[in-house]
Amino acid sequence: MKITEPEVRYVADLANLKLTEPEIARLAKDMDEILTHMDTLSEIDTSAVEPMAQVLYPSEELATLRADQIIPPIGEQAALANAPLAGGGYYKVPKVIER
Amino acid sequence: MSAPASLTSLTIGQVQAGLAARQFSAVELAQAALAYAQAENPKTNAYLRFSPERALAAAERVDRKTGAGENVGPLAGVPIAIKDVIVTKGITTTCGSRLLENYVPPYDATAVVRLEQAGAVILGKTNCDEFAMGSSNENSAFGPVRNPVAPDRVPGGSSGGSAAAVAQGTAVAALGSDTGGSVRQPASFCGVVGVTPTYGRVSRYGLVAFASSLDHIGPFGRTVRDAALLLETMAGRDECDATSAFAPVPSYSAQLDGKVSGLKIGLPREYFEGLASESGDLIHRATNQLKKLGCEVREISLPTTKYAVPCYYIIATAEASSNLARYDGVRYTTRANEDTLSGMYRATRGEGFGAECKRRIMLGTYVLSHGYYDAYYLKAQKVRALIAEDFRKAFAEVDAIVTPVSPSPAFKIGEKIGDPLEMYLSDIYTITGDLAGIPCMSVPCGKTSEGLPVGMQILANHFDETTMFRLADAFEKAGGFAGSN
Repeated sequence: MKITEPEVRYVADLANLKLTEPEIARLAKDMDEILTHMDTLSEIDTSAVEPMAQVLYPSEELATLRADQIIPPIGEQAALANAPLAGGGYYKVPKVIER
Repeated sequence: MSAPASLTSLTIGQVQAGLAARQFSAVELAQAALAYAQAENPKTNAYLRFSPERALAAAERVDRKTGAGENVGPLAGVPIAIKDVIVTKGITTTCGSRLLENYVPPYDATAVVRLEQAGAVILGKTNCDEFAMGSSNENSAFGPVRNPVAPDRVPGGSSGGSAAAVAQGTAVAALGSDTGGSVRQPASFCGVVGVTPTYGRVSRYGLVAFASSLDHIGPFGRTVRDAALLLETMAGRDECDATSAFAPVPSYSAQLDGKVSGLKIGLPREYFEGLASESGDLIHRATNQLKKLGCEVREISLPTTKYAVPCYYIIATAEASSNLARYDGVRYTTRANEDTLSGMYRATRGEGFGAECKRRIMLGTYVLSHGYYDAYYLKAQKVRALIAEDFRKAFAEVDAIVTPVSPSPAFKIGEKIGDPLEMYLSDIYTITGDLAGIPCMSVPCGKTSEGLPVGMQILANHFDETTMFRLADAFEKAGGFAGSN
């Protein structure tokens, strides 16, 4: 077993994901299979390999610096238009600090 | 004047010719295309919504310019569809997710801006797997897409709606996104052309992020030339995406001369083991056709191929778990009512995401978590370097690589959805190009005895889309799309 149900609950907690009991059971099974398959990577010796952190291939740079122009931002109203709850120019969330 | 009789097989060249000869106006074409697409859509569920006001406004601009004798742009009046993971200002963009059911973006993706500036007419937004995660389009919160060629089968995924719209004739061309094959695999399943350009070739600004080091916007068309035209219009540096490349954009479409004699083609032996026989036969027939065109075809080896699936699903899920953290109930329309902040986060995400997104968030969080990072994520980044190195060595010997797109043609709706690992393994031939960041595309190369389309993949060196398109175009002109010799 690569992963147990208590471990699934722990990872769900890290991911801020509320799961139902059937979802936890299903994920334990699926993740166990997938992680077992992922373990095939241990077959390859990568001790002398640098991790690939950059995908972008080098190309001629035309202009790294842009002109110092003022571009109007989208504005508070448009930025908050998709908020489930907003007010006074802010996103609103459930109370975090009790006084 | 009247709109063309057959919208279903229209190419960009035919739209340009029709407008130039005043056979129809852009508004007439847009109206006819919208009416046809809306009437036909229930057969496939390819579109999630239509954007008639925006389409007609764009068409009116084209007609006004035509009337004034101004340059109308290379895509003037061309009806296109946009995958619903690419944001469109004022048009709901759901990413196939309940979480974003009511999300109306305040801006346009750069690719969308550039296509509209060139005269394109956006008919609507297309269905896809939730947040582009899937290989069958069955993970959409708004129902699966049916393959227009075989309605009991999937169109492929995740850009299933865009591929289906182009195949069905409800759009002349379309935009999709590709992270592990999400343009090429549906293109092969539906029998159209689908292109994944070099990483950074097209700005990702406005493409809702899935796995940022793997995400690409790519075009679908019915011909190689149409796909090339869309790509050359969208490509190029964009200040809004720091990873967009500075490399100059050649006119791909101007270089399609059909001459590929002497081009060196590699067939990687690892891609032909365990291939479903009919698909394999069609690919072999296609490579014979390339030989007849004068290409030098030789076997090559890409030895790290067998590790590509685990490598990809570690990196892609790790990046996805970070990118999807933003759907927290604070900014993007949907919130579960809970008394505490953390309870609200957890319930919003638990109720909002579908099963596949949850599975990938969980896998990604696991592989990045304390104690597992080195064994999974760092290891995968090293294997990714080996996969890129395989291609670097291969392109020292050959100009292009030809492979299958998918181990099998379109499967039945429901056939694989219960087995996520099997679904992941079917991505084997398409994920390597994304991991290496090189350009790749799918072109039709015939149909199985059941009439299901099969795609041939062409991969080229980074920023060498020109060679890829020239080979694909020569194959198309030689009748290769029909699978005839």
